[in-house]
Amino acid sequence: MTLVGAATPILLAALGELVVEKSGVLNLGLEGMMLIGAVTAFGVTFTTGSASLGLVAAMAAGAAASMIFAFLTLTLTANQVATGLALTIFGIGLSSLIGQNFVGRTVSGLEHIFPAALADDPIGRVVFGYSPLVYLSLVMTAFVAWFLTRSRAGLILRAIGESDEAAHSIGYSVIRVRYLAVAFGGAMAGLGGAYYSLVMTPMWADRLTAGRGWIALALVVFASWRPLRLLGGAYLFGAVMTLELHAKAAGINIVPPEFLAMLPYLATIVVLTLISIAPSGRRNAAPACLGKPFRATG
Amino acid sequence: MRLRLEPRREASRAMLYGTPVLAVALTVLAGILIFSLMGYDGLAAIYQIFVAPIADPYRWQDLFVKAAPLITIALGLAIGFRANVWNIGAEGQYIVGALAGTGVALATWDMEGYWILPAMVAAGILGGLLWAAIPAFLKTRFNVNEILTSLMLTYVAVQLLYYLMRGPWRDPEGYGFPQTRLFSEWQTLPTVVQGTLVHLGVPVAFFLAIAVWIVLSRTVTGFQVRIVGLAPQAARYGGFSARGTVWLTLLTSGAFAGLAGIFEAAGPFQQMTPQFSVNYGFTAIIVAFLGRLHPLGIVLAGMVLAVSYVGGENAQTALGLPYAATGMFQAMMLFFLLAVDILVRYRLRVVVPADLSRPAEARHPHIRQADEGSRTSSTPLDKQRESLSA
Repeated sequence: MTLVGAATPILLAALGELVVEKSGVLNLGLEGMMLIGAVTAFGVTFTTGSASLGLVAAMAAGAAASMIFAFLTLTLTANQVATGLALTIFGIGLSSLIGQNFVGRTVSGLEHIFPAALADDPIGRVVFGYSPLVYLSLVMTAFVAWFLTRSRAGLILRAIGESDEAAHSIGYSVIRVRYLAVAFGGAMAGLGGAYYSLVMTPMWADRLTAGRGWIALALVVFASWRPLRLLGGAYLFGAVMTLELHAKAAGINIVPPEFLAMLPYLATIVVLTLISIAPSGRRNAAPACLGKPFRATG
Repeated sequence: MRLRLEPRREASRAMLYGTPVLAVALTVLAGILIFSLMGYDGLAAIYQIFVAPIADPYRWQDLFVKAAPLITIALGLAIGFRANVWNIGAEGQYIVGALAGTGVALATWDMEGYWILPAMVAAGILGGLLWAAIPAFLKTRFNVNEILTSLMLTYVAVQLLYYLMRGPWRDPEGYGFPQTRLFSEWQTLPTVVQGTLVHLGVPVAFFLAIAVWIVLSRTVTGFQVRIVGLAPQAARYGGFSARGTVWLTLLTSGAFAGLAGIFEAAGPFQQMTPQFSVNYGFTAIIVAFLGRLHPLGIVLAGMVLAVSYVGGENAQTALGLPYAATGMFQAMMLFFLLAVDILVRYRLRVVVPADLSRPAEARHPHIRQADEGSRTSSTPLDKQRESLSA
């Protein structure tokens, strides 16, 4: 597992969640949606032999799972924390149920877009040697940054996240925008999950994502809801997550591997604390309506 | 013709007690459908999961043994959830509690005495409590979200468990297996019903439910927890400290999870193994909600979830269903509960619109409802709490 490999799936999932949270919705179901995406990508690729079809299916499955959440929280105004948790527990169970026939099977995985010759020398490898999803995650970062700050739709979405009542009173459909945002978040989480089953280990194993969905959630807070900072954060976390392997490769075995495996989670706690101590400008960056249910009047 | 939700003047008591039952019924129906679609015998699967464990008196002991940790953990979580403190890292507190108690067991393995087991239990409670103290400290001191910190600490606890099992705590006579030595007779929980697996943790869970019920409904502390969750500003005006409530609820839920952990280690497991983490901490969240955050409801919900666990084992042996499918069922129960909960606050009405020439609306009744209803500042849960405390 490389640094880029560790960073890309959490970046993809976190980008989706960032848009969701900007619209004022807190979906804690990332881990579940990623697992559903991962198992769908594997299953479709295994059955059809086409990894690209697997990717599309993973996005559709992630979005479909997110619609359970959207219906419960947006239409039926159920508690967002409880619903998100239920989605994660559901995703763990469902992926395990679907995946039982795939345990130990392998797929050929996602092909690289650039010809192998380009990635022959060390410099070429750094530029051209990655999975298409790595480039896609970079493009999506730029897109989300542009969308939220420069596009009209992004402005409406942010307005809804900051003040749903005000946005509603000037005629924007709060619920519809939030449905779309949650669907986008689900598709991105599905894509992030697909990275695990198609790129990182082209083999199915139970609970493949191992809690990275939660780290993606923390990453959004860490980035103070800003896409470009999200990119930096994801690569920082990628570095911490690969420390275990780097230490092993370097022959460092003073620290037991279990303690190195704790690091990403401990780092998340430390980083969340540091963010909270930071000057109030950053601390208050959370969308004002985050996690609050909305039922419009009139 | 379309369906419409009309706000009720006050929460429906009938629905308050009826919706958990409805949620379980809907889960059963959905289960039959899902398993049939997957090519299994849906009815047989559901019979194995939801009926067989109750129909077979021999398995009742298993139900109580499974329900005890779920009830114990859920009781602690419910206190926090009532105050809007979201401890979702009970699994970590459960593991650390068990590890702390195991530490005492390993230190006293060649000793005898009636004091050993109480010392292990005390260490277990303390372990869970201290693990929960970390998110409590970060929340009260730096306002760090307790959801993420308590959850991250679960993953840390799992790695700690692996480290201790593979490293310093490994049984020297265990043929290299990563687990501790078996606990001695002084270190294991006594069974309370002769000839069964029902251990001391079972009556303790029921006793705790009654104790928590009395504390929540009859004491100032219980009132404080409710008021901080329902109306934080009123609570501040009334002199109740939100910070104190965070400490109180997190430490209590940590202590309960730790207690459940050492009971499991000294009861069913009788040693520590890397397989100790069985997601009871997460399932207990479902138990807390299905039980309406009410101690007696939690006892019932704990039994229902225990049925699904024991039934999951049945379905695994009888039909070859993966055990993880149980988790999917448990989550579906929570989904359905959250969905039908709207009936507590809203009445479902069939409306025949005057203008039938606009079928587009009829195709999206839910989206329309959402725009037409009235804005409420509180969540469905708050409403339930209100009516529960009334």
